[in-house]
Amino acid sequence: MAKTPLQFRHNGRDVALFVDGGTNLLVVLREMLGDVTPKFGCGQGGCGACTVLIDGEAHLSCLTLAEAVEGRAVETLDGIKTGPNLHPLQRAFAEGFAAQCGYCTPGMLMAAKALLDRNPQPSREQVVEAISGNICRCTGYEPIINAVLAAASSRASA
Amino acid sequence: MLELRKDIFADERDDNLNEVGKGTQRQDMLGHVTGTSTYFNDHKLQGMLHVRVVRSTQSHARLRRIDTSEAERSEGVRRVIRGADVPRNLNTLLSLINFGKDDEPTLAVDKVRYRGEPIVAVVAETLRAAAEAAAKVRVDYESLPSVFDVEEALKPGAPTVNETYPKNTFTYHERYDHQKLRFGDVERGFAGADHVLEQRYQMSPIEHAPVETNGSIAAPDTNGRYVVYTSTQALFFSLDTCAKILDLPSNTFHFIGGTVGGGFGGKVDTLTEPLAILAAMLTGRPVRYVLGREEEMQFGPPRGAERIYIKDGVMRDGRIVARQIRGYFDSGAYTRLSSYAVVKCAAHLPGPYTIPNVHGDIYCVFTNRTPATAMRGFGITGMDFALECQMDKLAHLIGMDPMEFRILNAYRDGDMKAHRREAKNTALIECVQVAAEKAKWPIREEFRRMSSRKDGGGARAAVPSTPREPAQPRSAPAQQRTSYDRGLSMPPQPDPPPQAPAPSPGHGATRFSSVFGTRRR
Repeated sequence: MAKTPLQFRHNGRDVALFVDGGTNLLVVLREMLGDVTPKFGCGQGGCGACTVLIDGEAHLSCLTLAEAVEGRAVETLDGIKTGPNLHPLQRAFAEGFAAQCGYCTPGMLMAAKALLDRNPQPSREQVVEAISGNICRCTGYEPIINAVLAAASSRASA
Repeated sequence: MLELRKDIFADERDDNLNEVGKGTQRQDMLGHVTGTSTYFNDHKLQGMLHVRVVRSTQSHARLRRIDTSEAERSEGVRRVIRGADVPRNLNTLLSLINFGKDDEPTLAVDKVRYRGEPIVAVVAETLRAAAEAAAKVRVDYESLPSVFDVEEALKPGAPTVNETYPKNTFTYHERYDHQKLRFGDVERGFAGADHVLEQRYQMSPIEHAPVETNGSIAAPDTNGRYVVYTSTQALFFSLDTCAKILDLPSNTFHFIGGTVGGGFGGKVDTLTEPLAILAAMLTGRPVRYVLGREEEMQFGPPRGAERIYIKDGVMRDGRIVARQIRGYFDSGAYTRLSSYAVVKCAAHLPGPYTIPNVHGDIYCVFTNRTPATAMRGFGITGMDFALECQMDKLAHLIGMDPMEFRILNAYRDGDMKAHRREAKNTALIECVQVAAEKAKWPIREEFRRMSSRKDGGGARAAVPSTPREPAQPRSAPAQQRTSYDRGLSMPPQPDPPPQAPAPSPGHGATRFSSVFGTRRR
């Protein structure tokens, strides 16, 4: 099968590889780059577990053709810590019991980060809207919404 | 916030519950928020192969011919696995505790019994190659009549779903086709009751839908062993099941579980490990077998459907004097764990209430639907839904407050339960009292003063005289129309004729037309 060369920025680092036609970004990240923070949940864009940021915008990596990120910046949960320090969203999720099995958490955090990066002080409704494509089956959505709001207010006061 | 009523549980173990009511961080939280918690599918092994399973497109069919020749020649295919390759193809999960007969193949051989049943497994270099080859497997079906309804499946002449159980019911103690509970004499209870109310309830199958689908990775290890990373909720149960199906000593396998991406009961059925290990054995390579979402819905088991009939005799003063229950659990095409759910259900009757006459018949029924399994409180949850709906309807029927009605009938410490165990630490009365208080739901003083630790036992501790019943023809369960169904705002009718002809359903009732569709008076 013909391979296509592909270059993009992955969490601030340049990567270059060859992909089969039709390969999706989730497979490139997980299988080829070894970044397993985006999760497979449905492969149909229904659950949000594979959410990553492309040039700062939340996207479903399972529905994104790898070639589509040529020359762009891809950010995953693996890249949002600063050294040993948790991102304010990670801290708020941990403190607010906003994760149970943890499987939807990477996608939730990335969807929430896309929101806070463009709107540091969102309303509750805007938070609900931002994570509306992400399914959680354990904790319920309330602690997750509260954690995103708590992260926003902790950044405001910092 | 948290209120501990230790007094109610005075004879329970004496600990200080130091942790309850305090926030304690989960030990896996840091892994979860940094994405470093390791799920089974986060392991990447050198040279890993992938499994794609060919599934039945039919609900019930004989397999006339399975042609895998084209699939075997397909690019990247390393092995095609058939039922004959599985050392002990037939299994039932609870055989590990000697409960039930082997009734379910890992790969179907001569017959398929539900849509989605595995027939052939293709092992290939990539998932895409496996999927492309799987599409080339030709299965020649001879369609058979299907049955999807639990009561239809029990009628004479219904198609036999699973030849291990020709009458479409699980067999208990090698002779009984259902679980039976008898306590007192319900017929006498009904005869002396002021009102008798019979209702039909139904619960659909419920998919667990964990965000992580079922799956596993198996790899040859040193010394002839195999390491298995799995999403299972039941590590040693899955390990022993694989040892049986693959006919190997259990120390052949090194199972590694741990972080599960949501389970809720849907990851106890050992769905993927046997084929992943077998594929690793046959190819000598690591093998990954992960269900796609559609497979998770169709092949992954749900909480089974239930149909429940409850007939109650109640007095004008609110006492329930007789309760008769007939329940049908839809096990789907194979047993899995529904046989056990039925036992749990029978022991739960008549709910957390003290009723002097109880009569229960609970069936585990086979149909051509996806096999059912465990899910949060299975065996109990569907029945409780029916019982508590019934409690509201009964309270409405006699014009009594539903909270007070529950307090009046609640079991108390020292009472005899229908399965002949003494009730202890019941605390239902206190729960209802607290719930009423928190909801600002007014209950009368005499009900506020009642206690689970007073007025129980004594005559209520006795096992009532229970007639041995002659073999009698089954009376068809019925569904009565009640004013409750037409809306709670209607005033209770103190004495509705129990056999009144059913009015044509109004707006509220049409929603339930599928449930009431087969109403017989």
